[in-house]
Amino acid sequence: MISTEAVNADPATANHTASHTASQAGESGLVCVGLVKKYGGVTVLNGVSLSVLPGNVVGLVGENGAGKSTTSAIIAGMVQADDGVMSLDGLPYQPRTPADALKAGVALIHQEIRMIPELSVAENIFLGRLPLRRGKIDRRSINESSAHMLGLLGSDTDPRRPVAGLSIAAQQEIEIARALTRDPRFIIFDEPSASLGESETARVFDQIHLLRERGVGIVYISHRLDEIGELADSIVCLRDGALAASWSERDVAKSDIVRAMVGREFVFGHSAPSDKQADVALEVTGLGRTGVFEDINFSVNRGEILGIAGLVGAGRTEMVRTIAGADRATAGTVTVEGVPVTIRGPHSSIAAGIAMVPEDRKNQGLNLDRSGAENMTLPWERKLTKSGIITKRRIIDVANRQREFLDIRGNVDIPVSSLSGGNQQKVLLGKWLVKTPRVLILDEPTRGVDVGAKMTIYQTIRSLAEQGVAIIVVSSELEEVLGLSHRVLVMAGGRQRGILSRDDATPERIMDLALATNSVVQALSPTNATTAQWSTHTVNEGNTHDV
Amino acid sequence: MSKIDNSRVNTNVPVIAVPKSAPHSEAQLSTTKGKISALLGRVPGPLIGLIVIFIGLSIMSPYFLTPHNLLNILSQISAEGVMAVGALLVIIIGGIDLSVGSVLAISSMSLAWLFRFGHLPFGWALLAGLAVGAIIGLLNGVLTTYGRLQPFIATLATMSAAAGLAVFITSGNPINGFPDWFLAITTSSIAGIPVQGVILIGIFGLTAFWLRFRPSGRALYAIGGNEEVARLAGLPVRRAKIAVYVIAGTLAAIAGLLVTSRLDSAQPTAGTADLLNVIAVVVIGGASLSGGSGSILGTFVGLLIIGVLNNGMSLLHVSPNLQPVVIGFVIVAAVMTDRRASRKQA
Repeated sequence: MISTEAVNADPATANHTASHTASQAGESGLVCVGLVKKYGGVTVLNGVSLSVLPGNVVGLVGENGAGKSTTSAIIAGMVQADDGVMSLDGLPYQPRTPADALKAGVALIHQEIRMIPELSVAENIFLGRLPLRRGKIDRRSINESSAHMLGLLGSDTDPRRPVAGLSIAAQQEIEIARALTRDPRFIIFDEPSASLGESETARVFDQIHLLRERGVGIVYISHRLDEIGELADSIVCLRDGALAASWSERDVAKSDIVRAMVGREFVFGHSAPSDKQADVALEVTGLGRTGVFEDINFSVNRGEILGIAGLVGAGRTEMVRTIAGADRATAGTVTVEGVPVTIRGPHSSIAAGIAMVPEDRKNQGLNLDRSGAENMTLPWERKLTKSGIITKRRIIDVANRQREFLDIRGNVDIPVSSLSGGNQQKVLLGKWLVKTPRVLILDEPTRGVDVGAKMTIYQTIRSLAEQGVAIIVVSSELEEVLGLSHRVLVMAGGRQRGILSRDDATPERIMDLALATNSVVQALSPTNATTAQWSTHTVNEGNTHDV
Repeated sequence: MSKIDNSRVNTNVPVIAVPKSAPHSEAQLSTTKGKISALLGRVPGPLIGLIVIFIGLSIMSPYFLTPHNLLNILSQISAEGVMAVGALLVIIIGGIDLSVGSVLAISSMSLAWLFRFGHLPFGWALLAGLAVGAIIGLLNGVLTTYGRLQPFIATLATMSAAAGLAVFITSGNPINGFPDWFLAITTSSIAGIPVQGVILIGIFGLTAFWLRFRPSGRALYAIGGNEEVARLAGLPVRRAKIAVYVIAGTLAAIAGLLVTSRLDSAQPTAGTADLLNVIAVVVIGGASLSGGSGSILGTFVGLLIIGVLNNGMSLLHVSPNLQPVVIGFVIVAAVMTDRRASRKQA
């Protein structure tokens, strides 16, 4: 009874099928066919199709960056598709704003909860359309209907209290209640469980079952596969912005889904064996930062690529940030090529030859308003002066060298913001290669980057290792860690759980270390309890694709 | 029973392609195009406005376009111009300095008091006056960096305190009577150009050089553009910010010297009206209050616009009370044309 159709990602075919499918599914439900979305030069969605019937749950799965959120944003009217057709109960559906979507009966529950903490629960639920009575907000009516909505969801939150101080789960319920007051016929849940614990997630599930019984059609986005298995009547899997596979039944083998999600596993092969490795380049002993991570011990040889794996919140980024001087360590020592480094800030690490490509390109990596050239030379201007003077010509020369080396497509003389994500990332990488570092730390080096740029970045990382640079790669993409690294360090709950050699580093072993010690963390180390919202739910064996 | 679209899974495997080099001819074409539009985008707005105002006033008033009047304008704008350089630097790093006017007053008053009542040799009193400006700047810098106060709030506080102290020192009375050589700063000329004009141009020139060719000057743009990026690039962000506030304070004190010399009197309320003019000059010159942009050339143009307008309006007998109204229009017009130009560029 559910019709979830796989449409070829080829845009021409997608367009061809579009009218066909739209008319076919004309009876009822929400149908999207051949959605295409481009940002700048990057195609983030390339012919995505899915359909939801009333009273059904469609599980939408895919890795980070597969296009799940973009798809939901299009359906909810937050962004407009560049191509493709949507219909709602057989009528054309083209929301230009979220308000349009709501009017048509389509609501989106955001991944991140957006509440105004100072306002009451009821005021948040009715925000933007508070009913008036004699010129004043009709609090009694909103409190009553809020209590009613929350009651439907099995929540006993007092609608009169402020949102500030409520648990995330309670806020999530308010978010759902807010959507329900619009009486939607279709609701998209964008990873609602991402920040919830097990029991809280179970409650959201109850609510979803309830909605389903009331005939609401649901798109449930998650990358936790057993949630999908539990909820979904059908499954749509995206990969690299295109439809990878779809199933119109619920009992799908997890391994099949994983295969469809990851698909391109290890296409770029393993890094060449590290036979040229010599001498310890970086040694970290007992490194810790109170309340964030502790007791990190490892070393990286020249020419070696060390991968760092772990779940979100495991403390990976925080750990490498202290090595790079971005945050202060509270314990431990860092030694570069045998010389201890006193890290007082980023400048100390840079002076010692440690460079870090941070995970957040926009806020930490690049100044988007400035040119690629200025961005790349920023850390090195003092070294690039001639008799105390630095000229624009010199900056451009240096930048052009990096541009050729990294195959940056675009001018280095224009603001970085006008480059594609992949080229921005190359500029960021180039910034830290102007002077070849001894130790290069890459935190999510291919986040938000298209496949072509990804390959260039991988090749660059490998060739740097061959030149003798010690490299640390933090990545949430397991295949990236496995494909690049000579060894893999696994972190969980702010602690190092083990270092695996290349032969031992299988997805299963890594996930084992990233998950299994979980309960021990909370029991043994009180400091770690605060580091991450740790729920057993985060940790399913099926999650190997998305650490 | 699970069915997977195997062909999709496999065909979607990306091949490691040797990256094709970018089409060069096209890139070069867009470069020249970009350069032209960048040039057009950078020239207009304020500079065109200045030229129009200049021509207009030359036609409307026979006294305007005379060497004497033009040199007079240069003298008139020198104090505000010196302060505007400090304001520009502060605005580039994404801050704001409300205290400049009060700093002018307090440094002028302290120098005068130390000379007249503290019986300090005038040279020392003069240095002490500059030091007062630098110290208040240092305080601003420390409060906004280590103290984590928003610049608006920190400098609002020092503005208030400095203004109060300036009046307190003599209970609001001006101090008069300075050495002749000090008064000569604002009355004499070098090669026909007033000394204060030379000081003004010298400060603009030095700052322009610093901002353009010295890493520590260029770093200010990086700090104002994105402080965290600058910090992670190893730049001494806090030190640079403090230095900028110290420079701004010192420049306000230098402006104080010029005003004191010009009036032959230290006035406890001198400079308090200058604050908004100074910020207006920098904004008309194309700087953004959100930081990371602004140029010394633009600021100079902004300074000339305000100076020429005020001078011209006086020559045309426009009521002094109406002159700020015109300035208000100019600010809006300048910023709007500037934004349009930069949008075109992007």
